[in-house]
Amino acid sequence: MTTVSSAEHTRRDFLYIATGAIGAVGAAAVVVPLIAQMNPDASTIAAGAPIEVDLAPVAEGQIIKVFWRSKPIFISHRSKKEIEAAQKVDLGSLPDPQPDSARVKPGHDQWLVVVGICTHLGCIPLAHQGQYEGWFCPCHGSVYDTSGRIRQGPAPANLPLPPYAFVSDTKIRIG
Amino acid sequence: MSGHSTYQPQSGFMKWMERRLPIGGLVHSSFVAYPTPRNLNYWWTFGGILSFMLGVQIITGVVLAMHYTPHADLAFKSVETIMRDVNYGWLLRYLHATGASMFFIAVYIHIFRGMYYGSYKEPREVLWILGVIIYLLMMATGFLGYTLPWGQMSFWGATVITNFFSAFPGIGEPLVTWLWGGYGVGSPTLNRFFSLHYLLPFVIAGVVILHVWALHVAGQNNPTGIDPKSDKDTVPFTPYATVKDGFMIVCFCILFAWFAFYLPNYLGHADNYVPANPAVTPAHIVPEWYYLPFYAILRAIPNKLLGVLALFGSIGILAFLPWLDTSKVKSARYRPLYRQFFWLFFAVCIGLGWLGAKPAEGIYVVLARILTVYYFAHFIIILPLLGIFEKTKPLPNSISESVLGSKA
Repeated sequence: MTTVSSAEHTRRDFLYIATGAIGAVGAAAVVVPLIAQMNPDASTIAAGAPIEVDLAPVAEGQIIKVFWRSKPIFISHRSKKEIEAAQKVDLGSLPDPQPDSARVKPGHDQWLVVVGICTHLGCIPLAHQGQYEGWFCPCHGSVYDTSGRIRQGPAPANLPLPPYAFVSDTKIRIG
Repeated sequence: MSGHSTYQPQSGFMKWMERRLPIGGLVHSSFVAYPTPRNLNYWWTFGGILSFMLGVQIITGVVLAMHYTPHADLAFKSVETIMRDVNYGWLLRYLHATGASMFFIAVYIHIFRGMYYGSYKEPREVLWILGVIIYLLMMATGFLGYTLPWGQMSFWGATVITNFFSAFPGIGEPLVTWLWGGYGVGSPTLNRFFSLHYLLPFVIAGVVILHVWALHVAGQNNPTGIDPKSDKDTVPFTPYATVKDGFMIVCFCILFAWFAFYLPNYLGHADNYVPANPAVTPAHIVPEWYYLPFYAILRAIPNKLLGVLALFGSIGILAFLPWLDTSKVKSARYRPLYRQFFWLFFAVCIGLGWLGAKPAEGIYVVLARILTVYYFAHFIIILPLLGIFEKTKPLPNSISESVLGSKA
């Protein structure tokens, strides 16, 4: 007899659920700023604006390092030999298969622009080292070729390509 | 265990206090009248040493924070200022830096003692898991603290460790950017690491209170692994355990002082006296010695995601130890086979530590793979099977019998 009323939905049940639901939404709303404050702030994002790099002083065979968004960007002026080595690789033998043509801009085969951060755990590979004359990461032994593709070692992927475009034949804009 | 019925406040003030906040009774029942097994050996003093070291780290850390600047352009300089200009700054910093190593030496002895004597078994599972949580918090705190001097090892250690999180597919990149507060490790990263490095020791202190609470509910394990059965098996915490712990803390301080005064940089890396340079990675990145076994496990696995998962798994598996070890007998004293496997496991951990400091090439990688497989096999194959097949030695009837012989 006494338990009958508890089986029915009452206005009070509705108020309890509504109060709890509003409380949960409120708690979730408070979490948003607490999480979001850790993302890059406005000044950091502003400092990550595109940069222009003049390629004219970079000699053939030279690799320069510029910084964009606190990442080192390797700009390699590849020699004929390096371009050939990158192009004739059997794609089936690569851990992360990508033809050399997909890693440079059309008509600019001699310019390879990659983010100089090892895709394993973020160290900076050393240029003109390793078995494939590309890059070698001193931290855990990953080896990259002249197209910045991973050939050996624990890194899972090729050196990533930053967004960039040729403004003129001797100038690129990164970002 | 026997409650706080024996506490009789003496002074008028304590009588007044006891009716309002019975803290005197709590201290008395926990650290004075608390019955400890009479056969505890010196390996049981490391809990006290660890509490002492936590205190040392908090006190030296709080005063160092009064002179430190968590900014990418100023951090390295402020640490050098502490070393050269701040009164006794060199001493406080060396105590804090070598203190971290001492803290880890003590915690590793404490953990291996628990493994040898089966201290994680029923009814101490929660006590053990709280200990694993403290250990994880210690590792996080140590890593965050090592970043603060902003030398080359600080910077590249932070880069490598935060990049662990980029291994997770899909969420990896945004997660790492969120951790950094930028597009790479930089000033925002350093600033938040400092904030968390200041916070976590107090979180550790909180979990330590739970750890001690759980200890005092379940009672201490002891070298026989059997529970105290009568008053003859126990002695009161004060003076017996307090004096023994105190003596060992003094002995431990001799080791601590030896490192702090004579070998303050022995356990560090010379590279960390070079200011952080985001353009150049040091030739040989090595973490602090206390992470080396886990670093070896990470590098042993040729796949990035699996390597990171193995690293976390090698610590996480400790939490399941109470259920992976199926033997009813706790102490290795009465487990002839387990005793051998325990020392083999100990040797494997030391071996992984040694390999973690070696370059990841050639024979070192092969050895690291073998030892990594053994590390996990110890937990998921050897321990479950030993409990079934091992013929254990007969247990003594009581703690006092094991100490005094059958005439007790």
